[in-house]
Amino acid sequence: MTNKENFLKGFFRENAVFTLLLGMCPALGVTSSAINGLGMGLATTFVLIMSNIFISIFSSFIPDKVKIPSFIVIIAAFVTMVDLIMAGYAPALHEQLGVFIPLIVVNCLVLGRAEAFASKNQIVPSIIDGLSMGLGFSMALSMLGAVRELLGAGKVFGITIFNENYGMLIFVLAPGAFIALGYLIAFINKLRKV
Amino acid sequence: MEFIIIIISAIFVNNVVLAQFLGICPFLGVSKKVSTAVGMTGAVTFVMILATIVTYLIQKYILDAFGIGFMQTISFILVIASLVQLVEIMLKKVSPPLYQALGVFLPLITTNCAILGVAIMTIQKDYSLLEAVVFSGASAIGFGLALVLFAGLREHLDLVDLPKGMKGAPAALVVAGLLAMAFMGFSGIV
Amino acid sequence: MAAKKESTFINMVLVLFIVTLVASAALGGLYELTKEPIAKAKLAKKLKAIKEVVPAFDNNPSEDMYEVEMPTGDKLEFYPAKKGNELVGTAVKTFTTNGFSGYIWVMVGFKPDGTINNYSVLEHKETPGLGTKMEPWFKQTDPAKASCVILDKNPRTSNLTVSKDGGDVDAITAATISSRAFLEAVQTAYNEYTKQMKGGTK
Repeated sequence: MTNKENFLKGFFRENAVFTLLLGMCPALGVTSSAINGLGMGLATTFVLIMSNIFISIFSSFIPDKVKIPSFIVIIAAFVTMVDLIMAGYAPALHEQLGVFIPLIVVNCLVLGRAEAFASKNQIVPSIIDGLSMGLGFSMALSMLGAVRELLGAGKVFGITIFNENYGMLIFVLAPGAFIALGYLIAFINKLRKV
Repeated sequence: MEFIIIIISAIFVNNVVLAQFLGICPFLGVSKKVSTAVGMTGAVTFVMILATIVTYLIQKYILDAFGIGFMQTISFILVIASLVQLVEIMLKKVSPPLYQALGVFLPLITTNCAILGVAIMTIQKDYSLLEAVVFSGASAIGFGLALVLFAGLREHLDLVDLPKGMKGAPAALVVAGLLAMAFMGFSGIV
Repeated sequence: MAAKKESTFINMVLVLFIVTLVASAALGGLYELTKEPIAKAKLAKKLKAIKEVVPAFDNNPSEDMYEVEMPTGDKLEFYPAKKGNELVGTAVKTFTTNGFSGYIWVMVGFKPDGTINNYSVLEHKETPGLGTKMEPWFKQTDPAKASCVILDKNPRTSNLTVSKDGGDVDAITAATISSRAFLEAVQTAYNEYTKQMKGGTK
């Protein structure tokens, strides 16, 4: 596929959350606000791009049987880097995202792209793939976060739209995450058929 | 008494799937039939308890002892990946039919965020080894409970007439949300 | 893509070992680099909680911190805030186990005479929309709601319990249990604080 197709696919046609249904755990777990969703998305994007680069370069040197464990170690290393950098330079976000930062390592999206794309393609396409899937993921998480934040607390990215007391608290809580995502996927399904 | 609180909290109040959002992929992927849900729960329980014990020991005797806490993610996930390989080999020998039934979901246990999540949380909550075992066992039961309940619901969902856009994942998610809401009723028990 | 490496046992172990080694080395390096920013961030967070509740200070309350152990095994933390060398306030990290959903941790700032300067709810698991209102409720600025406010009240002269129980403070609507628990935490802090003050200046 062309570089442009490669870059655009992650946003709708092969969107991680809405289409491929990957990365559900963080999608539900950190989207109580739009900014948290965006933060998590960007952290994941960083890991995606870096691991895609290294796996694209070194995959041919790794024997088949240890491919998966090796990929996992590489991904885990970058996840830990993101964890350390955030703890030092973005402590508030780091605290909000909590246990979901190390969980990026088991985000099926990251391992999935490594296996399906990066290990079989050159560096530049792999970078674009990581960027595309990562930004698409970030977009999905920000959207879900914005919906939940708006319906639950009347705010989007911290900007108050309407008074908190008119919000439906359930959307900021666990059940609301499931329900909001369900309807969001249904809505996007509908849009794509038009 | 502490143990009862840990157990009730892990299974009901802070259910690993419905309240903490861990293990969603298998939750949505394996819950189409009650029988596979039960099989998956068994495998996850075994790996979760064993993984928690091993990662706990690694944390205390290697990571903390040498001050290399930053190796937690790498070491923990390697432990889990190895354990899953082990379970796969064992299952092939001991119960081939179950091995077949679980199919591709078995290696996917490695990426089950619930296992890594529980291992990390055990360290964060500063449990003793015994409390860690109780916590991981109870979390696995909670996972299984949510999975089996959800599978039962989904078996019914398949028989219902739904608008096209809601079929599959969307309806499943909304139902999961309702299940999560029901579980919220447990808060305040402990 | 390129030639495949054979999956001999030696190759497998060697490759996995090298990958892990390189990864660990890279992480070790980054860890050293980020150690200081991380420590700074942790200290800043602590100081921020203290700054919120006591008057302006110029010492490092974290360094002068002392603890008191309670019957439950948890420890109350006292952070003296000084200006020049004079005590301008003390931040007390206090708790209660009687929240609706368990522990509630609060940072209360007392002026030297025991008057409540400010507070900040640190950790809790109370019901969102009800118990979570603790944070703004007891310091709201609406004059019509003055009976809910505990700021500038001194527990020596004010009864720090909910009006339902005969006290001076109006509880959060529909969240009496959380309110009771919150006030209990503040009262505990005050009791221990006066004990410490009587036992000599620290």
